[in-house]
Amino acid sequence: MMVSTSSTSGRTNSTGERTSSTNRAFEYAPAPESRSIVDIKPSYGLFINGEFVDGTGTSFKTINPASEEVLAEISEASEADVDLAVKAARRAYTRVWSKLSGAERAKYLYRIARIIQERGRELAVLESIDNGKPIKESRDVDIPIVAAHFFYYAGWADKLSHAGYGTTPLGVAGQVIPWNFPLLMLAWKIAPALACGNTVVLKPAETTPLTALLFAEICQQADLPPGVVNIVTGAGDTGRALVSHPDVDKVAFTGSTDVGRHIAKAVAGSRKKVTLELGGKAANIVFDDAALDQAVEGIVNGIFFNQGHVCCAGSRLLVQESVADEVMEKLKRRMSTLRVGDPLDKNTDIGAINSAEQLAKIRELSDIGEAEGSERWSPACELPTTGFWFPPTVFTGVSQAHRIAREEIFGPVLSVLTFRTPAEAVEKANNTPFGLSAGVWTEKGSRILWMANQLRAGVVWANTFNKFDPTSPFGGYKESGYGREGGRHGLEAYLKVESQR
Amino acid sequence: MTRLDVRKTYKLYIGGEFPRSESGRSYIVNDAKGNLMANAAQASRKDARDAVTAARRAFPGWSSKTAYNRAQVVYRIAEVLEGRRDQFVAELRAAEGVTEAKARTYVDAAIDRLVWYAGWADKIGQVVGNANPVAGPYFNLSTPEPSGVVAVVAPRGPLLGLISVVAPLIVTGNTVVVIASEAFPLTAITLGEVMATSDLPGGVVNVLTGSVAEIAPWLASHMDVNGLDLTGVADSDLATSLEAAGAENLKRILRPPLAPIDWLEEPDLSRMTTFLETKTVWHPIGL
Repeated sequence: MMVSTSSTSGRTNSTGERTSSTNRAFEYAPAPESRSIVDIKPSYGLFINGEFVDGTGTSFKTINPASEEVLAEISEASEADVDLAVKAARRAYTRVWSKLSGAERAKYLYRIARIIQERGRELAVLESIDNGKPIKESRDVDIPIVAAHFFYYAGWADKLSHAGYGTTPLGVAGQVIPWNFPLLMLAWKIAPALACGNTVVLKPAETTPLTALLFAEICQQADLPPGVVNIVTGAGDTGRALVSHPDVDKVAFTGSTDVGRHIAKAVAGSRKKVTLELGGKAANIVFDDAALDQAVEGIVNGIFFNQGHVCCAGSRLLVQESVADEVMEKLKRRMSTLRVGDPLDKNTDIGAINSAEQLAKIRELSDIGEAEGSERWSPACELPTTGFWFPPTVFTGVSQAHRIAREEIFGPVLSVLTFRTPAEAVEKANNTPFGLSAGVWTEKGSRILWMANQLRAGVVWANTFNKFDPTSPFGGYKESGYGREGGRHGLEAYLKVESQR
Repeated sequence: MTRLDVRKTYKLYIGGEFPRSESGRSYIVNDAKGNLMANAAQASRKDARDAVTAARRAFPGWSSKTAYNRAQVVYRIAEVLEGRRDQFVAELRAAEGVTEAKARTYVDAAIDRLVWYAGWADKIGQVVGNANPVAGPYFNLSTPEPSGVVAVVAPRGPLLGLISVVAPLIVTGNTVVVIASEAFPLTAITLGEVMATSDLPGGVVNVLTGSVAEIAPWLASHMDVNGLDLTGVADSDLATSLEAAGAENLKRILRPPLAPIDWLEEPDLSRMTTFLETKTVWHPIGL
C-alpha cells in the first residue's frame, strides 16, 4: 500500500487549511507514477555465472521504506556462495573476458547502456520503490547517469593505451556498494571494471538489492558472457567474505568510513588494490556577495537531495555573518515548500528514509544536536504514518564542537555555522577528518578560485552543488577515502600500474 | 705529526635543524670493514612526533609555492649535491665498501634523479590533470594536489634509494618524514646538510635515523600523517602491521615492492601519483 502525499507538503494541514499565508505554494493533486511497469518476483536468488541460483545461506526481506511493505525475499550469500561467484568470475576472466579485444568489450558495454535507457522507467520506478527516493530523482538523475556511465566507459575499453595507466586488467574485482544510489553506485563500479577487462562480483546493499538483480537480467539480455558480472546479495558478512576472498584482486567499496577502515585493515599485507569512497561532512560556504536566491536553491539541493543520504551532501552550511539572517529567512521559506511523501509521486521533493535503522540514527544525532544546545527547526510537515520519514531539518547556533557539525548524519539535517572572513571559512570548512566535497557561493571569480585551492576536498562545487557526470572524477581526501571514480582517473582503479621505481 | 680528525656528530634533521634524539640514545654504525664510523642518533617516538609536527607546519607554505619555485628548489638540491660529489663518493665507499667507480655511478644517478624530478613540478599537473567534458553547461577541471604529510621508510642503502623516494614527494608539494636506511644512516644526515643549504624550507624533509621497527609504527598510526611509503620495509609482518595501522585514518599507502627495485632505472610516475589527490572543480557556464 502506498501512502498518500496530498497533505504532506507543509503548507496545509490534514484538513486542508493553510497554515501560513505568506508561504503559499501551488497545490498539487497526487501524481503517482504507475508501479505496474515493474514486476517484482516474490523471491530472488544469487546471480552467479550468468544464472540465478539458490544460495546456500539464509534469506532476508527487502521492504519498501515508504510503506514497510515486504517487496521480496532475497538470498543471503554465504561464504560458499561468494566463493562460487568468485570462481565464476575468475573463470570468465581467464577464459573469456581477458581474451576479448577492447572493441568487443566496448560493444557489450554499449549494449548494456542502451538496454538501461530502454528500460529506464522500469529501473527508476523499481529504484524508488526499494530505496524510497523521489521518482523525479531516480528518473531524472540516477538512471540517466547510470546509462551515461556505461556509455562513457564503453568508449574507453578500446582506448586504454591512450589513458596513461597501461592496459593490464587486475583480474577479479570484489565490489561492495551502498543503498543511497543503488544502481548508480553499481554503474560506477561495474562499468570501469569491465571496460578495463576485469570481471566482477558485486554485493548490493541489503536494503536495496532489487535494481542490481534487475541489472543481472539486463546482463542476460545483453548476452554478456556468464561470470563476467556476478551479483551476490547479503549484508555485512557477505561483504566481508567478498573483500577478504583470497582470489579477489581488487576491492572497491563505497560506504561508511568505519567499514572502509575495516576493509583497509583486512586487506593489509595482501596485494589487493583498493579504492574506497567513504563518508563526508561537506561545508557549503555562502559569502555575502553570493546570489542568495541561487545559493538557497543550492543549499536545499545540497542537503535535501536524496533525503540527504548523500556522502557528499552539503551538511554544514557556513554562511557569512552579515547575510546569515537573510539566508536563514530565505532558506526556511524555501524549506516550507518542500514536499515530503510518496516517492512515486512526481511532485515529491523528499522521499522516505531508507531504513528504520537509518531513521533511528538520524533521530539520535538530531536529538543530540538539541541536547548540545543547537536550535532545531523544521517546517510544519505532516508525515505519513507508515514507513520511515524525517522532515527537512535545520540546526542553527551550531558550534564546531557539536556532534552534528562533526559527524555524518546521512539524512535531511543541515547544521548552520557562521564566519566573518574567507580565512575563517576555510579554517572551519577544513576542520574535519573528511574531505569529500565542498561548495562555494560568491559572485567573485578570484575568490572562487582561491577558495577552491584552499579547500581540502575532492570535489568543489562553485555556485552549484551535487552535480555528477561520468567524465568527472569523484572521490575524497583524508578519511573520505582514496581513489577516484569517473572520468579518465576512474580507470586507474582497475588497471595494473606496474612498478614503483 | 699527523693532524687529528675533527669528527662529525650525526644527529637528526627535523624542522630544518639538527637536534640530537630527545631520548639521548645512539647506535653504532660501522663501515664495510667493520670499523666504527660514527654513533648515529637513535630516534624515539617523541622525535617521530616532533618530525610530524615540523612536516605539518611546513606543509601549507611548501604546497602553496608555485610549481616553478618547487622545481628550482629541488634543482638547487641537485646543484649543491653536485658540489659535494666527492664527499658523497667517499661516504658511499666507506659505508658500502664499493669501488670509486660504483660509488660515483650512484652519486651521479642521485644528482640526476633530483634533476629529473625537479622538472616534474610544473608538468605533473598537466600530465595527470584533466578538463572534463561534462554533459551540461559547466566548467569542470581536475587537478592534482599533494596529500599532505607523508611518512617514508627509505630503502636499504645510503643515497640513491633515499633520494628516489623523497624527491617525488617534495616536488609535488608534500612534506616528508623519512626513516633513513637503518644500516646506512650517516649519508642521510649528510644529505640533510645539503637540503638545509638548498633553499628547502625547514620541515619539508625531516630525517630520522634509528630502528625502523621502533619508529615506523608511531608514524603509521599517527593521525596527522596522510601517507605512508613502505618501500624500505623488508619484514613482511611489519609491513602488514604498518599498513593496518595506517588504515586507521585511511592513509594513502605504497606497499613494499614485490621484487627489489633497480634504482638506476628511470622512474615512472607512481611515486608521485600515489601521494597526489585529484581535486575536481565545477562552475556553471552562463551569462
